Amino acid sequence: MAKFDLNDDGVVVIVGSGAGGGTLGNELAQKGIKVVILEAGARNEIQDFINNEWESFTQLAWKDMRTTSGSWQVAKDFPNLPAWIVKSVGGSTVHWAGASLRFDEHEFKIRSAYGDVPGANMLDWPITLAEMEPWYAKAENKMGVTRTNGIPGLPGNNNFKVMEAGARKVGYKEVHTGRMAINSQPRDGRGSCQQIGFCFQGCKSGAKWSTLYTEIPKGEATGNLEVRPNSMAIKIEHDASGKVTGVVYADAEGKQQRQKARVVAVAGNSIESPRLLLNSASSMFPDGLANSSGQVGRNYMRHMTGSVYAVFDKSVHMYRGTTMAGIIRDEAKNDPSRGFFGGYEMETLSLGVPFMAAFLKPGAWGRTFTSAMEQYPQMAGMWLVGEDLPQETNRVTLDPKAKDAHGMPVASVHYDDHPNDLAMRNHAYKQGSAVYESIGATATFPTVPYPSTHNMGTNRMSAKARDGVVNKFGQTHDIKNLFVSDGSQFTSSAACNPTLTIVSLAIRQADHIAGAMQKKEI
Amino acid sequence: MREVDRRTKLNRRTFLQGAATAVPAVAVATSAGLSIEDAWAEGSTTLAPATMKTLVKVARDIYPHDFLVDSYYITAVKPWDGKAAKDPAVKAMIEDGVKRLDQDAQDRHKLPYAQVAWESDRVTLLQGIEQTAFFKALRSDLVVSLYNQEELWPKFGYEGSSAEHGGYIKRGFDDINWLPKV
Repeated sequence: MAKFDLNDDGVVVIVGSGAGGGTLGNELAQKGIKVVILEAGARNEIQDFINNEWESFTQLAWKDMRTTSGSWQVAKDFPNLPAWIVKSVGGSTVHWAGASLRFDEHEFKIRSAYGDVPGANMLDWPITLAEMEPWYAKAENKMGVTRTNGIPGLPGNNNFKVMEAGARKVGYKEVHTGRMAINSQPRDGRGSCQQIGFCFQGCKSGAKWSTLYTEIPKGEATGNLEVRPNSMAIKIEHDASGKVTGVVYADAEGKQQRQKARVVAVAGNSIESPRLLLNSASSMFPDGLANSSGQVGRNYMRHMTGSVYAVFDKSVHMYRGTTMAGIIRDEAKNDPSRGFFGGYEMETLSLGVPFMAAFLKPGAWGRTFTSAMEQYPQMAGMWLVGEDLPQETNRVTLDPKAKDAHGMPVASVHYDDHPNDLAMRNHAYKQGSAVYESIGATATFPTVPYPSTHNMGTNRMSAKARDGVVNKFGQTHDIKNLFVSDGSQFTSSAACNPTLTIVSLAIRQADHIAGAMQKKEI
Repeated sequence: MREVDRRTKLNRRTFLQGAATAVPAVAVATSAGLSIEDAWAEGSTTLAPATMKTLVKVARDIYPHDFLVDSYYITAVKPWDGKAAKDPAVKAMIEDGVKRLDQDAQDRHKLPYAQVAWESDRVTLLQGIEQTAFFKALRSDLVVSLYNQEELWPKFGYEGSSAEHGGYIKRGFDDINWLPKV
């Protein structure tokens, strides 16, 4: 395994080891480029994962202090936990569900497709679906996505079968066990899904793709990739010409280190990435790095989300088997006659008893709540996930008071639901309930959004430097050797889960970085 | 379909475990001539036994599950005694909270909270303090300390950790048999 010197200024330093950072690191390493990944979290491997929701949360979740504001429900229910993401090697690919869907064509050009929606900061991506298709194909092959590359779909579990029956009854057509980066048969040195459940707690069988045990060890095997766990990036530094020169980070002992770099790529997810750019402000860049547009931290998207749990008179045991291998795609289209732009997916979801108690109706108590809890084995559940619109005022900023263990201001996340999000959520609750009621549900529970698992948009892509932070390759408009490699690049959120697009962009970006390095442009 | 066996298997052990954090409950019961059911509260070091018993009643009224015996609620609220020992502010919050609740109960029913006979009357009293720091702290702690007890999961038809059993691939992940044909 490689070990690079702190003063080696020929390395690419990547901040974060998740879908964006872990993929980029391996892709560059495969091309012979030296890479150091700084990962804030510890290195927990498959054998360390725990099939217990709260214990696993303690082990894996990003629990460092954050603050919130705005009209979104999460600010009320979980004021210091705006997002449920992972602080561990592999990032949120450790706990992601595995749903791997491509954007639709119109979702890359929302400004053109939906128009200038009041209150939203609409913009087309500087790339199209046609340009992304070959990269999507590479990502699907890399991740082993079911229903692509001749890989069969996963078998449906009880929770899926309930949703499927209801979906057929109400007339939905596109219903299946999803395009999942979870092996339905052995592939790429990993076995097939054992229907363990606990997909969100780290896959104990390794059937689910995660950079932790795919990209990262493959990159390390080249001798070109070093992953440094427990290394929290604090500040990106630059020289007098404005080029970035390295990253200051706190090591496991809390001691500050400086890793020099030829190129820096930020992939800390959409809350930490803008925070790092903002915390790197200097006399030359007083508003933070790469922020001449003023768009760093803005346009924070977290998807329209919600859940519907339904109770039946007989057992379901929704927690058995793959958590999210089930989807209804009929509502994912853009059909403004429903009263909103964009669309949403319905995906199977289950929680165990401990998380159900915490998330079914946060703050609720008394017999209405406990009666619902007592129906747990007869419950089926789905997650609603749809496009939310970018708003300039939905924003990650530096908290004026709260600081982290290293004395750096923490991220403050402001989010107001757009009327479009609210209209979509109401529609989704109604349709989700209808699916279950059509086959005899005796009660349905419209469940409010959980802390955000999909975080996007805070360093968005734009054709013009004034409209966003990065160009079509994730390269910042302002600083040519500074890149953004995670979901914060997203110009729009689309209806689908973001990971496949993050991975596709990272593969594409690796090509661009390698080419630019070879041509000595960076 | 493979149903989950919801019968109580570990209840006695759970009771003793939950009750005997500081002083062995059996020893206290013997020496003080108390029934074992009350002994757990005598083992508290900082909060008065009466306060602990009221907390158990409040816990059950917040999350009433009639199929759960008191031991689960005792396990859930018992840590407040330790937290109160470490932090005077916590001690004051709990004691003042219980005192206020008892006072409200006296005003309305001429009885301390724990002796108000009907749950609906006690719930009305709890609604009166719903916005206090005491209630909020108690409830938000309880939603974890109660439902995160592995011993009670089978009663909710939940089987907990599954990887060590080989997952559900051969244990009923797709065994549903009552759905209408589609």
